[in-house]
Amino acid sequence: MNDHPPMAISRRRFLILGAVTATAFAMPPFISLKAYAASLEQPAMAKVTIEVNGKPQALEVDTRTTLLDALREHLQLTGSKKGCDHGQCGACTVIVDGRRINSCLTLAVMQDGAKVTTIEGLGMPDHLHPMQAAFIKHDGYQCGYCTPGQICSAVAVLQEIRDGIPSHASASLTEAPQLIASELQERMSGNICRCGAYSNIIEAISEVAEVPA
Amino acid sequence: MRAFNYSRADSPAAAAAQAAQIEGARFIAGGTNLLDLMKLDIETPQQLIDVNHLGLDRIEATDDGGLRIGALVRNTDLAADSRVRKDYALLSRALLAGASGQLRNMATTAGNLLQRTRCPYFYDTNQACNKRNPGSGCAAIGGVSRQLGIIGVSDACIATHPSDMAIAMRALDAQVETLKADGSTRRIAIADFHQLPGTTPNVETSLTPGELITAVTLPAPVGGTHVYHKVRDRSSYAFALVSVGLILQKDGSGRIAVGGIAPKPWRVEAAEALLPQGAKAVSARLLDGATPTSDNQFKVTLVERTIASVLAQARDEA
Repeated sequence: MNDHPPMAISRRRFLILGAVTATAFAMPPFISLKAYAASLEQPAMAKVTIEVNGKPQALEVDTRTTLLDALREHLQLTGSKKGCDHGQCGACTVIVDGRRINSCLTLAVMQDGAKVTTIEGLGMPDHLHPMQAAFIKHDGYQCGYCTPGQICSAVAVLQEIRDGIPSHASASLTEAPQLIASELQERMSGNICRCGAYSNIIEAISEVAEVPA
Repeated sequence: MRAFNYSRADSPAAAAAQAAQIEGARFIAGGTNLLDLMKLDIETPQQLIDVNHLGLDRIEATDDGGLRIGALVRNTDLAADSRVRKDYALLSRALLAGASGQLRNMATTAGNLLQRTRCPYFYDTNQACNKRNPGSGCAAIGGVSRQLGIIGVSDACIATHPSDMAIAMRALDAQVETLKADGSTRRIAIADFHQLPGTTPNVETSLTPGELITAVTLPAPVGGTHVYHKVRDRSSYAFALVSVGLILQKDGSGRIAVGGIAPKPWRVEAAEALLPQGAKAVSARLLDGATPTSDNQFKVTLVERTIASVLAQARDEA
């Protein structure tokens, strides 16, 4: 199976083709791993446009670039943090098309056309988002490294509850989820705080959500 | 991470055709497991084919009263769907017991079924692993195996399948719909979808190269009381030590599938026939032939006790 010639198409040209269309059927019958590896001795580059905090950003990135690295290294939006880089800690949480995700586990090229909100887009020191102000008021952090992810997650959590999305902590699947501490704790479990500011984080979110004490 | 080419497919057929043409090509959907493994050089695809924009993200009623769940429906959307919450509560509960809110927003129905084991020896490229590197041996056997499998395992591999969703799909008799590179389609019963390791633990599903999952279908609702109970080391965001999905009918009959103990969702229909006799009888039949290690011997007892717990809960709720 290694007898086939390498793909008669440059890597760049291949990427420019973008979408795989019906032309895919006209491609050579099989491309071996060896031939393909030879075509990948250099990084593959791709163009992508992502709307970040309301502003379209056109980037040319190595296909390996995660959304997190695009934000931090290409756009210098260093509020989003790289903790584990494997989706386990939540420090990289951003809001994409209205949903919170781990930006370390998606590629920038996969987010072409997406609308991304980072901690910088939620608020800045001179105009804080209510959730940012509440974290400060309630001391919802110590070292602060996980905080941008905690806050992006918290803002999205309140929207998820408003949208009626159930959680593991919801007593009933058929009734609207309640705005109570146990719901917030469960929904925030993807954001790890090694300083252990969890109780203050829940207090901060509860205040913004107007959860009765 | 190794360099790779990236393309967006514009139809399921084009995606399947391209995947079959390029050795080592992978579909990418949520990416939550694949990118994780690529960062560790455990998965090294030369080509990623993005299937996120193919319109496979809808949940539709089927003619026989069931549901057809598009392969790209996100775990959050599936768990929150009003029909699923009402008629397939086990599926909602299992989904919500898995991963984190962020991950469920990304992870897809098909990707959840295709996720790889979280066996620490599979993840550590310095260790022997027949699943990652066929023929290299299994460092988990004789290693730290507390989390690992007790049944359906082999001398080559004792990894478990990590999915919660798949446990519910197995109890609900789901079917996996696929599209092959030649344009043909087929339906695979969930029972036949995941493969036991035997001597080839690197072969995990019955999919052929390039075969694309397009949907997972559920038969018409079976009623009953649905309970999913996941026992884990922390109360959220952890993989199961043991999980049990139960559908109990008023007449005492029911279905039961177990996670955290085997390379695939573990369901033994002959054990379900023993439900009226209680957890001990069901558990003994379900785990007949189990080969636990000294580290995970506790799972044998834990399965029985978790079954007793879900039976009690289901009777309370009925």
